[in-house]
Amino acid sequence: MSPILEVTGINKTFGAVTAAKDINVSVANDEIIGIIGANGAGKTTFVNMVTGWLEPTTGSIKFDGRDITGMAPRRITRLGISRSFQVAQVFSTATVFDNLMIALGIAETTSILSALRPLRRAGLEQRADLLLKRYRIDDYRDAVASTLPQGVRKLLDIAMAMVSEPRILLLDEPTSGISVEEKFDLMDIVMSALKEEGVTVLFVEHDMEIVERYVDRVLAFYQGEIICDAPPSEALIDPKVIEFVIGDEPQGQMMREKAALHTGSGETSDA
Amino acid sequence: MDMIKDKTIVGLTIGFAAVAILGVFVMPDWLLSQTVIAFARALAVLGLLVLWRTGLVSFGHALYFGLGAYTVAMLGRYFGISEVLITLPAATLVAGGIGFVLGFVIRRYREIFFAMLNLAFSMVLFGILVKTESLGSTDGFSVEQPTLFGIGTDTASNKLVVMYVGICVVGWLAAVLVHRYLQSVLGSLSTAVRDNEIRVEYLGYSVAEAIHGKYVMSAALTGLGGGFMAIALGQVDPESMVNWTVSGELVFVTILSGPGSVAAPFIGSLIFELLRTYATEILPQGWQLIVGGTLLLIIFFLPGGVWSIISKAMGRKEAEP
Repeated sequence: MSPILEVTGINKTFGAVTAAKDINVSVANDEIIGIIGANGAGKTTFVNMVTGWLEPTTGSIKFDGRDITGMAPRRITRLGISRSFQVAQVFSTATVFDNLMIALGIAETTSILSALRPLRRAGLEQRADLLLKRYRIDDYRDAVASTLPQGVRKLLDIAMAMVSEPRILLLDEPTSGISVEEKFDLMDIVMSALKEEGVTVLFVEHDMEIVERYVDRVLAFYQGEIICDAPPSEALIDPKVIEFVIGDEPQGQMMREKAALHTGSGETSDA
Repeated sequence: MDMIKDKTIVGLTIGFAAVAILGVFVMPDWLLSQTVIAFARALAVLGLLVLWRTGLVSFGHALYFGLGAYTVAMLGRYFGISEVLITLPAATLVAGGIGFVLGFVIRRYREIFFAMLNLAFSMVLFGILVKTESLGSTDGFSVEQPTLFGIGTDTASNKLVVMYVGICVVGWLAAVLVHRYLQSVLGSLSTAVRDNEIRVEYLGYSVAEAIHGKYVMSAALTGLGGGFMAIALGQVDPESMVNWTVSGELVFVTILSGPGSVAAPFIGSLIFELLRTYATEILPQGWQLIVGGTLLLIIFFLPGGVWSIISKAMGRKEAEP
């Protein structure tokens, strides 16, 4: 079967800094891929290039056989690639329900005429309620988004990314800013919902336990390069991955605890 | 569709009908003429309300107000056209058209830059008009007597009544249309763009296009208001139609009115007009003191504008969803 996403030889430089160096990735339909790497390794740059926020300096990105290199995010979204954000991007003054309604309304809009239809219509409201249930945020239906707990805001962000029923979803650190205890609950909700929707998922993650549990395949980034592309059972014991991504700690339980602690330590950022 | 069920539209219809009937049968002429001026300005404020909901404030909408006013006046002067069914749509189109062209530049800016770029464009028009002697420079020129369906009015009092009913009908129509617009997907983009542009792009909609559309809409409404103002005053000149003080007034009334409802601009404009009249009577040299003081009180105690009093009285939420 031909790959749904094919990234060929992309490079990205910001002045003297190389954020992506000869990246080649081929993603098959329905794969769940974990993207790991230390801060500044180029994970978010990769997500930004695939979703059109950044244009690669060289190289090409193909979605379902179609060249999408350098396309605007809104066009890529319309084609079927969606994303969530490390810092949830929601409409902060609107309620959770209205966030989904607006998102659905925009996703349904194909022309000026369809954009002039009333937002509150039965079909959309039903779909919004379905999404609220699927992502387990129906208790917060009428809460204003700026007042939401971090985990709920993350779920809303992901639900909003899914309104257009994309074929590929990129999640940028879905568990960042979430306490260690809540991480697995959140990921269980997200992954079961995404499975239901049948979408190919690539997600950036620092917590190796989560990577181990949910992904089919790991992409390990180091200084803009992919240093390992393998199933988690191989990738997480790869000496290079341990040295450059996880840290040169003894393997086994101790290493994993350390990795979990490390990611739980607060805000992380790689621009 | 579902027009009857929409409470806002029912309310607007009853409200405007009541104001029209009261005006024709009860109100004295001075109040009629103040209401006409107030509602003409309210049309422009309605346009600013659409922008404000998107998180944008323009300090230069006198540009479109003036374009509308001068379009009406110049059609009469150069083409002998004084039929309002032609001049007012023309005012709307000219303002909307210029708004469309300038929109390509303006949609790239936000916040203070958006506000000031508009001001800059309006000052250019002001400068051109002041320098154009054939248009009367700073004195401007007078507007031909308007006709409706080709029929003029014989007395000033009749003209006033016709204008009054006319602005009530147009005001009602504009308010209903803007209300329907705000309820649509495009309307909901106001909240969306104001809150999070990145999300809007990643939902598959161009923020620039959304802003551009709203900008053209606000320009067109403001041009319509300016056209009405030209007919109501019977005179156009740069100072009272295009100067930055006119833009300031529009922003003032927008804040006074509040963004909560499409009815707010009409109520707010009327309050502003009456406030200014009484302030001038009480303090001829310093009416601005009273008007400015009122704005301060509104900002401190009624950030939702006068509409928040009304919505509270009706037990409704602050803003429309």
